[in-house]
Amino acid sequence: MAFFLAQFLTGLANAAALFLVASGLSLIFGVTRIVNFAHGSFYMLGAFIGVTLMEILPGHVGFWGAILLTGLAVGLIGAVVEMVVLRPIYRAPELFQLVATFGVILVIQDLALMIWGAEDRMGPRAPGLRGVWRIFGEPVPKYDIVLIAITPFILFALWYLITRTRLGVLVRAATQDREMVGALGVNQAWLFTGVFALGSALAGLGGALQLPKGGADLLMDFNIIGAVFVVVVIGGMGSLPGAFIAAVLISVLNVFGVTYLPQSTLVLMYVVMAIVLIVRPYGLLGREEVAGEHGQVGAPETPIRPYGPLGMALVAALIAALAIVPVFAEQFVMTLIVDMIIFALFAASLHFILGSGGLVSFGHAAFFGGGAYAAALLVYHTDTPMELAFLFAPLAAGLLALAIGWFCIRLTGVYFAMLTLAFSQLVWSVAFQWRDVTRGDDGLVNIWPAEWLNAPAPFYYFTLALGVGGIVFLRHVIHSPFGYALRAGRDSPRQAEATGIDVKRVQYAAFALAGAMAGLAGGLFVFSKGSVFPTTLEIGESFDALIVVFLGGVKTLAGGVVGAGFMTVVEDWLTRLEYWRLLLGLVIIAVVILMPEGIVGSLRTLWNRLRHTDEEEVR
Amino acid sequence: MTEILRVENLRKSYDGFLAVNGVSFSVAQGELKALIGPNGAGKSTCFNMLMGQLRPTSGQVFFDGENITGHKPRDIWRRGVGRTFQITGTYQSMTVIENVQMALMSHHRKIFSIAPRAWKLYRDEAFEFLRTVAMEEQADRPCSILAYGDLKRLELAIALCHRPRLLLMDEPTAGMAPSARIELMQLTADIVREQGVSVLFTEHDMDVVFAHSHHIMVLNRGELIADGNAAQVRNNPQVQEVYLGGGTLFKEDSHA
Repeated sequence: MAFFLAQFLTGLANAAALFLVASGLSLIFGVTRIVNFAHGSFYMLGAFIGVTLMEILPGHVGFWGAILLTGLAVGLIGAVVEMVVLRPIYRAPELFQLVATFGVILVIQDLALMIWGAEDRMGPRAPGLRGVWRIFGEPVPKYDIVLIAITPFILFALWYLITRTRLGVLVRAATQDREMVGALGVNQAWLFTGVFALGSALAGLGGALQLPKGGADLLMDFNIIGAVFVVVVIGGMGSLPGAFIAAVLISVLNVFGVTYLPQSTLVLMYVVMAIVLIVRPYGLLGREEVAGEHGQVGAPETPIRPYGPLGMALVAALIAALAIVPVFAEQFVMTLIVDMIIFALFAASLHFILGSGGLVSFGHAAFFGGGAYAAALLVYHTDTPMELAFLFAPLAAGLLALAIGWFCIRLTGVYFAMLTLAFSQLVWSVAFQWRDVTRGDDGLVNIWPAEWLNAPAPFYYFTLALGVGGIVFLRHVIHSPFGYALRAGRDSPRQAEATGIDVKRVQYAAFALAGAMAGLAGGLFVFSKGSVFPTTLEIGESFDALIVVFLGGVKTLAGGVVGAGFMTVVEDWLTRLEYWRLLLGLVIIAVVILMPEGIVGSLRTLWNRLRHTDEEEVR
Repeated sequence: MTEILRVENLRKSYDGFLAVNGVSFSVAQGELKALIGPNGAGKSTCFNMLMGQLRPTSGQVFFDGENITGHKPRDIWRRGVGRTFQITGTYQSMTVIENVQMALMSHHRKIFSIAPRAWKLYRDEAFEFLRTVAMEEQADRPCSILAYGDLKRLELAIALCHRPRLLLMDEPTAGMAPSARIELMQLTADIVREQGVSVLFTEHDMDVVFAHSHHIMVLNRGELIADGNAAQVRNNPQVQEVYLGGGTLFKEDSHA
């Protein structure tokens, strides 16, 4: 019994930092509608800045002073990031900003590496709180008790700020209707900056407060961001009490999970999130997202039309050029192009549901990696011929998408995104922890193509045919009645339903098709590499695809493919350098700011301007 | 006249508040019928229950003799009921004619077809519907740049696509210039006459209502207080009470 209590208290103490970070993310999302992936980075900065300040400042006052100063410093950094990176792109398509925040993550990672080095830092103990207190005989760190005592005050302070002050009124009003708040004479730009700074400061505080328990290291940003999103979603986007309850729930579950179900720790919180979202689609205390003009800014999408003769000729020329590459090029060029085509197909499949369907999936890697694993498992365990195993990849991924989609499709917006993320994490943890079947992080190796394909040139042509074929097929579907129905359901679900279209069923079918095509890419991937590891199922893999789709241009048909090609080449160049993350991050941020419609979208706008054509006449 | 729509004792309560309280009426074949009433009278709630967007607390809706209460909007549409919205709902990323083609594809059950090119399908047919509402010259413009009145006309074309036998129009002329209002309602009246469609519409503009409807119903606080022709409604003391607090209502010749 005492042990239980001690465990519970540890969980509560862990909840403190998690709640701080999550409440910051929730605030930022509520007001600015930005899904801030970089929030974990602010948490990490808080930890490092906190350590540095605590080394300089002595004693009691120094320790707690350092924590407060850290909050201020990180808040300031957040304000600068908002003004420099985000302010220029508020008018870009919805969710475009998340690409910029991804760039910020990369930049902060390398900056932290430059400043603080690669070594983990031990957090200093809080003065006067070094020992433990015995509670029913079980030792509980004193600092834990202090954290547990502080957290309700933080919750109360935030609650007071939001519900009882003028700033709070503005923040809540902006959450409901940004335009109206602007019309009432509130300077939106400064409100956004202020809220972003406050949210960042909370993350920084969280990072500094957890120092005596955890220290500081360069993986903190990614390690916490998943949990933070889970907390915000379980609690309900924008609900502070919800975030608090969820933070406690997740932290306590984690502590017990480590003790009783150690093999499930990676996935426990995602299981909880999935269950909560299936039962309560808007989180424990969240409210339904108001549909409509809620941040959908930027120019409307232009009508689509298949390529004319010129476009067709260009595509044919490109394919012809790709076809003669093996004649003269060295092997590494072929390998690079194979990578590029596989990634392009993967991105195109995501772009299909994201662009035409308006379904933002944060877990598309489940189908890419799922397809790869499906083929690899068949080959590894049953020695299935490659041809058959390869066909199994899109099939299995499509079936997986049918299963996952059945739960996800009923949700919308960010909640849909989060549930897809939860399921992809489930798939990942199966691959990672079911060692008997998947061999865990040792991966499945020696998965080579059949004899007739087992050389660079034949496999190159194989990839070219299926990869380009897949992309062309998806494009064709976009131009078909099914693709139109998908866009109709995105543009006006009400009108679509009132004219006989079963919107959810159309979306469900599209989700399954996108899953199958991602699985096809995964099948190509596993046989090109000869192995597959759980990394193909990671959040990072999903985000890579998401980022290239946005970089290429969501509101264009070629966006995913062009973005993937661009990214593969840029990464190939940059990763040879020491601080490649910094450069890649800066490149991403630059593209986002300079080309707010994505690469293809901005080129199209430029082209139209050069031809002096009126926007509306462009066909 | 044959009855196309019959509503029996329709009720909708929100947490005990009765937004619509026991409304019964019918619409005859080829009739143009208006549902009027002050703001908050329950008109839109009524409409949303007829078309399946809202599920009634109790009561029944019969279309062409069949009970359609609680059916989904898309199912009711398939049976031959079209609708336009108070706030237009069109597909912004498509051209004007593609909006109509989309409805035609749905009507011809081509939604899950992935073989043909959508923009080539039913183009001529769609063009005819655009001609009906005088929008054919704008057929290939992006829908996102249309003026509001044109969007309303486009929505009417979409609603006519599956040759509905009943058309529900929620405030068809809201937000339009006075001359455009008359034009749109004249167009609707023509369609009723030529195609034999029945129309039920809500409206705030009394000129439009008295000029074009065959019959008028008045809803107040969730209850139907009048149902008859223009003269009957105009002389109904209860209606006068509601609209002008007892003063004289509607000039005799306002519809002339």
